[in-house]
Amino acid sequence: MTMRIGVLALQGAFAEHVATLRAIGAEPVEVRLPSHLDDVEGLIIPGGESTTIRRLIARWGLAQPILDLASSGAPIFGTCAGMIVLSREIVGGEAPVLPLLDVTVERNAFGRQLDSFETELDVPVLGDTPVHAVFIRAPVISGVGPGVDVMASLPDGRIVAVRQRNVIATSFHPELAGETRFHRLLVTMASEHADPGEGVGRRQYPTRRSQHGR
Amino acid sequence: MTDTSTWATKKGLAQMLKGGVIMDVVTAEHARIAEDAGAVAVMALERVPSDIRAAGGVARMSDPTMIEGIMSAVSIPVMAKARIGHFVEAQILEALGVDYIDESEVLTPADERNHIDKHAFKVPFVCGCRNVGEALRRVSEGAAMIRTKGEAGTGNIVEAVRQLRDVLAEIRRLQGMREDELFVAAKELGAPYELVRQVAAEGRLPVVNFVAGGISTPADAALVMQLGAEGVFVGSGIFKSEDPARMANAIVQATTHFTDAKILAEVSKGLGAPMRGIALESIPDQERMAVRGW
Repeated sequence: MTMRIGVLALQGAFAEHVATLRAIGAEPVEVRLPSHLDDVEGLIIPGGESTTIRRLIARWGLAQPILDLASSGAPIFGTCAGMIVLSREIVGGEAPVLPLLDVTVERNAFGRQLDSFETELDVPVLGDTPVHAVFIRAPVISGVGPGVDVMASLPDGRIVAVRQRNVIATSFHPELAGETRFHRLLVTMASEHADPGEGVGRRQYPTRRSQHGR
Repeated sequence: MTDTSTWATKKGLAQMLKGGVIMDVVTAEHARIAEDAGAVAVMALERVPSDIRAAGGVARMSDPTMIEGIMSAVSIPVMAKARIGHFVEAQILEALGVDYIDESEVLTPADERNHIDKHAFKVPFVCGCRNVGEALRRVSEGAAMIRTKGEAGTGNIVEAVRQLRDVLAEIRRLQGMREDELFVAAKELGAPYELVRQVAAEGRLPVVNFVAGGISTPADAALVMQLGAEGVFVGSGIFKSEDPARMANAIVQATTHFTDAKILAEVSKGLGAPMRGIALESIPDQERMAVRGW
């Protein structure tokens, strides 16, 4: 079953996420209005300018529908500005937009554009091959609540990728580096959400427990 | 292992600006209005192009004090303009820490033959073009973002439309060519063969392509977006209109919802007067900005 994954297309690098999703066999859907969220099994919030995306989310009434989608269990993945949008607290006191991650985020944490950089980053949950991570005027997570898993940190300890239940966020841009593993993870989570045969019910798929339990 | 200011980060910032509106501002107050309206970046300069046009004389890089004032007023990226070929103005802007430099035909060129060697800088550059050849020459010099020039300060979209159509038509023509025809195409375009081949293979410029010069209404922005622009620069069009905050916001909405005519109709209502435009025919050749740069 091909997964329909929404990509918030208000502003920013949404085309790169659309291309990445297509490359791994998912069906991307550009989301500009609440009605575009119908029938998507997950959502990506791309990089861009968070102040712009924040205003457009408010203007077009997208906050509640996205929160509803997340609370249904559908996976949400934010990169860079998307991480800011998903954080519960923003350093400096800006109001949160979609407070789905129990984290504190710091905007432009490395400085201005001259401090943008790329590096190899270990993300243990994705396997041994490091992620080539491009950071552009990137945010970092400066504090995490108890339910938040840290997926990756820089050598100096700054947190740059997190997951809390069905919500993932990265400071960097997998979509700019030909990195597909985050998107594959999202699509896997989306298919589990769309068809809860795994984990509960055991309706159609034989699992070790159902085979041995009988 | 960790590299700053790489090609990917330079080009990448432009990718983050896509689908957005970059607004000319001349004061910190303007910059805050632009940010509040949803601008993805601001271009800090002393006078908007229509005032530069009216004032005549030599137009130069802005006062660093004014640029710093704008940088501290907003959290979005700040761009600033250097004269074509004036690499020292660019060095100064880089030292200030601006996020992007526009090597711009809106200012009076400082070199009639050479553009700035943009590879020599850590800060990324955006440059104007009128056609694919000019765009690729700028990319080969290190530009990480391209914008068609339009005719700045006129409030007249006609040049921007012509240039954008020319760029996109030329790309389509290259896509249809046999491999062995691209060598001559590169010669005719006056552009490096490797870049010409890349454009033919990918069907797009190697960097993000915005439109500038003449956008003054939400409909103008949506027009160039539908034609294939990846975002827009608005210069005089906002702060020379009757109600800049409303116009700025409406152009942002139109750039997002550029294919939705109902939304375009809604956001176009009651904006007050746009900037007063100038017919291109009334501008003498020597006062045209688009022809600056080579």
